Amino acid sequence: MIRNRVLQAENLCKQVSSPEGSLTIVDEVSLGILAGESVAVTGPSGAGKSTLLALLAGLDVPTRGRVLLEGQDLTQLDEDGRARLRAQRVGFVFQSFHLIPALTALENVMLPLELAGRGDARRAAAETLRRVGLGERTGHYPRQLSGGEQQRVALARAFVTQPAVLFADEPTGNLDTVTGARVGELLFELNANAHTTLVLVTHDRELAARCARMVQMEAGRVL
Amino acid sequence: MKALRLALRTLAREWRSGELGVLLLALTVAVAALTGVGFLVSRISAAVALQASAVLAADIRLGSPQPLPEAYFTEAARRGLRCARSTNLLSVVFNGEASQLTNVAAVSAGYPLRGRVLVAGEPFARGSPAAGIPAPGEAWPGSKLLAAVGGQVGSQLSIGAASLRVTRVLIARPDQGGTFAELAPNLIMNAADLPATRLIQPGSRVSYGALFAGERTRIDAFKAWLIAHKGPGERLRDITEASPQIRNAVERAGRFLSLASLVSVLLCAIAVAMTARRYVHRHLDAVALLKTLGATRAFTLAVSVLQLLSLALLAAVAGAALGFLAQEWLLRTIRGLLAVTDLPAASLSPLAIGFVTAIALLAGFALPPLLQLARVPALRVLRRDVGPPPPLVLLAFGPAIAVVLLLIYWVVPERKLFLSFTAALAAFVLVLTLAGLLLVYLAGRLRGRVGVAWRFGVANLSRRRAESVVQLVAFGTGIMVLLLLGILRDDLNGDWQRTLPPNLPNYFFINIPPAVRGDFVRALQAQGARTTRVLPMIRGRLTSINGHAVESLRAARTGEDSFATREQNLTWASELAADNRIIAGRWWTAEDFGKPLVSLATEFQESLGLRLGDRLSFDIAGEALEVTVASIRKVKWDTFQPNFFIVFPPGVLEGAAGTYMTSAYFTPGSARSLAQLVRRFPSVSIFDIDELLTQVRGVLDKAAFAVQSVFVFTLFAGLTVLLAAVQSSRDERRYESAMLRTLGASRRTVVQGVLAEFATLGSLSGLLAAVGASVGAYFLTTQWLDLRYAFGLMPWVEGVAGGALLMAAGGWLATRSVVNQPPLTTLRA
Repeated sequence: MIRNRVLQAENLCKQVSSPEGSLTIVDEVSLGILAGESVAVTGPSGAGKSTLLALLAGLDVPTRGRVLLEGQDLTQLDEDGRARLRAQRVGFVFQSFHLIPALTALENVMLPLELAGRGDARRAAAETLRRVGLGERTGHYPRQLSGGEQQRVALARAFVTQPAVLFADEPTGNLDTVTGARVGELLFELNANAHTTLVLVTHDRELAARCARMVQMEAGRVL
Repeated sequence: MKALRLALRTLAREWRSGELGVLLLALTVAVAALTGVGFLVSRISAAVALQASAVLAADIRLGSPQPLPEAYFTEAARRGLRCARSTNLLSVVFNGEASQLTNVAAVSAGYPLRGRVLVAGEPFARGSPAAGIPAPGEAWPGSKLLAAVGGQVGSQLSIGAASLRVTRVLIARPDQGGTFAELAPNLIMNAADLPATRLIQPGSRVSYGALFAGERTRIDAFKAWLIAHKGPGERLRDITEASPQIRNAVERAGRFLSLASLVSVLLCAIAVAMTARRYVHRHLDAVALLKTLGATRAFTLAVSVLQLLSLALLAAVAGAALGFLAQEWLLRTIRGLLAVTDLPAASLSPLAIGFVTAIALLAGFALPPLLQLARVPALRVLRRDVGPPPPLVLLAFGPAIAVVLLLIYWVVPERKLFLSFTAALAAFVLVLTLAGLLLVYLAGRLRGRVGVAWRFGVANLSRRRAESVVQLVAFGTGIMVLLLLGILRDDLNGDWQRTLPPNLPNYFFINIPPAVRGDFVRALQAQGARTTRVLPMIRGRLTSINGHAVESLRAARTGEDSFATREQNLTWASELAADNRIIAGRWWTAEDFGKPLVSLATEFQESLGLRLGDRLSFDIAGEALEVTVASIRKVKWDTFQPNFFIVFPPGVLEGAAGTYMTSAYFTPGSARSLAQLVRRFPSVSIFDIDELLTQVRGVLDKAAFAVQSVFVFTLFAGLTVLLAAVQSSRDERRYESAMLRTLGASRRTVVQGVLAEFATLGSLSGLLAAVGASVGAYFLTTQWLDLRYAFGLMPWVEGVAGGALLMAAGGWLATRSVVNQPPLTTLRA
């Protein structure tokens, strides 16, 4: 069964020091996610959802426990090693889009391909932008795009590398209801087409409900 | 390659959107200031060198008692240098029955290669530049010679076997010499007439001179060649051996200009550090994102470094062009006000220096923050509060300190000066840092006692403690160097004016027989001349040092050692003259009179490596005299008072046969009075230093002019620091302003807060800068520039008021758009 698990968290623990002493944000979380599965991580603010996402994606290191991404132990890799793995296998969508303002929509989408050293970045990026409905806006800079359009560029950037796992942190959190719904629609459509494993952190119940599995968190623990 | 592509792609976009505009501007202005100063200094230095060359009538001059080999001239011509010959000999010149011992210079076409020969239609008149040299069969005698032999233009003078017709009166020639051995009346004639005079016979005392001039690098190469090929009796002189007065002025100006360029460079460094800090702040998110998308730390660092390198390249080109234009404009603007008509073209070396320094500044001041930037964790994409880990102290400040030290050493390579300047700088930065911390502490306490706007402004200083201290140090340093320059400039100009007043002695009189000394001084005064001290003058030759014969010492040395072989002028004095300062040993008291002691000027002492207590033997008219070095004096030669390298106490030399000398100031147009003096005291030699003075004033004029211009550049660099500093906190201010206005603060309150913050920071920086500048100026003026220091209140007023005003105005201008921006725009961004 381990073979099918693209992502495996074992006894994950994240503690930080605060003026009041040590604070446990993620507490003994074990989780297995199968290839192609879509998982929504939900819970109230401060439950540790984003921290869990950061640990699963190798953006942060756990205090204890380990994370296996396609069988590779992230805790055994240094910062650059984790970055290389992300470049090859992981995509991201963020609440605040995180597009590079100095690059055009096309260049933003090309960036992960170039970082992964893949050829034909321009053609692939243009094709993906066309699929998210921005084929006519490839030369626009982020500040020339609406919030919804920016998030669609971010979706294109996330899917263009055909990642094994896509992490989405509140992807509709900064958008109005209608735009949020459209972006959510697009996210699941792209995910279905690409057969990507999706780990989604969200407050949005409707969005969470579209996932195959829901993981509920509270006070750092998975309920 | 990927990094370069991304760096250039984002750079182009950020440049268009103004993201990197401030950094580029700061670098450009920095390079502009630096290269501008560089171009200016190189041109002024070249002008000063040219002026000094005029004293030799060449760039280098070779002298020999034997005819000089033709090979020298062939080699010089092959190297593209200009050459001329000047053969000098002492001969009696006759006008009918009247005769006078004269220093005859037989010159070839092209003479003088540097400087001008001034001639007139009658003796002691104002000269105008001569075109060429006397034609064959003609002679241009000096005023004193004509006055002494009673001749005029048209007279026939007999020189040896030749008879030459006077066609002009020689008023001045560049190489007439500053030493009194060369003070005999002058005459120049064409070298073609020399054989006809039959003056050159075996055993004649003739000095053959070869003059060379040309482009500096060629001259330097030829000089090296000459040193390797010249014969033992041939003496090489270049501008470094120009007369003490000019050398003094050139050294002083050069030191000051170096100081001014160093100040500009250090200000540039501060500006670069501040703009780099802002760059890092702006790129935290982008770097975190790049890492999230799979970029390694080395890749993100490469992107930033390549961006800044491209900026440095762009700034170096733009800055150098701006610097060149600015100095060109300055020169053109001010040229009319000064006697500067012949500034040489700028050398290209400042371009390379500007670029290398720009890279060095980036490496020292921008690389550490960039290394920090590369350490920002990818997690920042999810948590904005996550920044890079705190920097290692060594890494944060090490490169900056190393670059500053290298730059200082580059400008002041002398160990003592380097150490004292560095120590003063370090102490100043430390004091400012401590003062900044104190200010932050006080600000915290004062907050409760002021209105809301001031509370907001002053609280900002307190809250951004580290930033406030950095700004305080930067502004303090900026204002300090500006104040320091101001004080030094005033002192320098003031001192030059004090030491070179318009009625400076313009004639020297030597060979005054003791019997007519009183009569002569009274005659001078009767002619309306302003007289100076009268000193005895005795000729003597140094024969041994500590028992070792000078000849053997000289043979052991490779360099030129003219002091050891030249016949010296000696004097005695009971009182130390006001323009002399004892720097080692002590001046004698009445008990020492008659003891075998001697006091030496530093030039003489340094040239021979003498120390206190050394025993020197002199041969004075065949009598041996051994004396002990009792003191070393620093002489201010530019007072043009009679001064001597070698001074004895009274009661030692009185037995020797000697004469007296003095100097005096004659108002312009006193030609007739001087002619009368020559007739009444025929044995007294008159040395007209008006032309020399004009040369010295020309040099000082150029130096003062350079100082002013460099000061403008430094002021500009200081303003750039101000702009960079204000810009560095702009993002935070935009957010704060939006928050305050959202909470109900009026625009006026926010502006008042900004003004309060900057005015407080500015005035405190100014206060501390005034302390630093006054202490620094005292130290530099008295220890380094060898001038007097006058304490003034103005720097304090200028520092505090100027600092507050500049910072408040700069702060307001730079934050105006921030304050005016609608709060919603900022909060939504």
